[in-house]
Amino acid sequence: MSELPGYRRAVPGTQPEYLHPTYKSSLKRAPSQPLVYLPHTLSEITGPVFAPESVNVKACDLTRQHSGEPLGERIIVSGRVMDEDGKPVQKTLLEVWQANAAGRYRHKVDQHQAPLDPNFSGQGYAMTDNEGRYRFITVRPGEYPWGNHHNAWRPAHMHFSVFGPAFATRLVTQMYFPGDPLLPFDPIYNCTADEAARQRLISAFDWESTIPGHALGYKFDIILNGREATPMENR
Amino acid sequence: MTLRATTSQTVGPFFSIGLDRLNCAELVGPGVAGERVTIEGRVLDADGVGVPDAIIELWQANSYGKYAHPEDPQDKPVEIGFQGYGRIPTDEDGKFRFTTIKPGAVPGPGPDGKLQAPHIAVSVFMRGLMRRVVTRIYFPDEPGNAADFALGLVEAGRRGTLIARKTPGMDGLLKWDVIMRGPGETVFFDC
Repeated sequence: MSELPGYRRAVPGTQPEYLHPTYKSSLKRAPSQPLVYLPHTLSEITGPVFAPESVNVKACDLTRQHSGEPLGERIIVSGRVMDEDGKPVQKTLLEVWQANAAGRYRHKVDQHQAPLDPNFSGQGYAMTDNEGRYRFITVRPGEYPWGNHHNAWRPAHMHFSVFGPAFATRLVTQMYFPGDPLLPFDPIYNCTADEAARQRLISAFDWESTIPGHALGYKFDIILNGREATPMENR
Repeated sequence: MTLRATTSQTVGPFFSIGLDRLNCAELVGPGVAGERVTIEGRVLDADGVGVPDAIIELWQANSYGKYAHPEDPQDKPVEIGFQGYGRIPTDEDGKFRFTTIKPGAVPGPGPDGKLQAPHIAVSVFMRGLMRRVVTRIYFPDEPGNAADFALGLVEAGRRGTLIARKTPGMDGLLKWDVIMRGPGETVFFDC
């Protein structure tokens, strides 16, 4: 039973380090001690499983949660959740949150002087299908200023939370938009050393999912750690 | 085909919008076997100041040492009222509190499958952290702790950060803090 394969670790440089002097909030919160390598056991190979019945199929449409339609540009964000071998991650829960089209979050901490939209909460969730596919309907989030440094602005982004099949595969990330001029200046986007890894956080404009006369489509695939090929060795 | 795992990014300060729906600080449903425990503590930054915008996720076996997951091959009962998952945001002082049952022992790594001491797997996310930190909660006065393989990976002087403390005169109430950086820093795992 204990010879279930574990999950692969990140390729060096493709995941951010904890301490980033350019990202001020990391200074007092980033661990200073090296991480202790933990071989995967049943505790890490398992993880929470959510029943498909627990997912409201309408929760993936962020434009229909109120009496009216939210302001802004309607978009479709879709893609697949796969592992590093391209195998679909089936029936896994995704949670998303974002600012409204004006760059304002519906959150008490957000003091940005941009209007709230009574027709937009910025919260959605969905479960992948058997091919690992998901699809959200939303509005394009606005860019917004933040206090990290003088004249700091976050590029437009959507937050994604994904469980995957195991405790070891848990991921929270952010999706960006192609051509955003703020990306080169954003300390959060730039925290990952590997340029190709950063660029994989940028969605791609997609004709196939674009709905004529209604909404532009953006494609964003999410890749979770792959499985070790052979059973774990006792280290 | 070899793809590369997607890069982690911080949850930022506004995660409650997306994550509140699954908040769960009471992990135990009706009819679940085992010893109930409440665990409380604080998430603290390098200055010892509470982190008001952190969120903790828990994953644990039930009191039989069985995970509610299809890959747990053990012939032990799964309980309908116990999923083993919890999610608790910290309050304005960095405090968190949850109630669960003490998990049973689960197999460790390697072909011998020697049991691990009872533990809860923990992820902590917060503004300022580009990816989660992973740690574990172990239980005080647990004979299995001395031989636990994961505790054995940690230098002796830091193991205590992974073991919850009893509260004098309060049975069933344990204390466990997460110290992000500096003196007493909690042990975090590469998971």
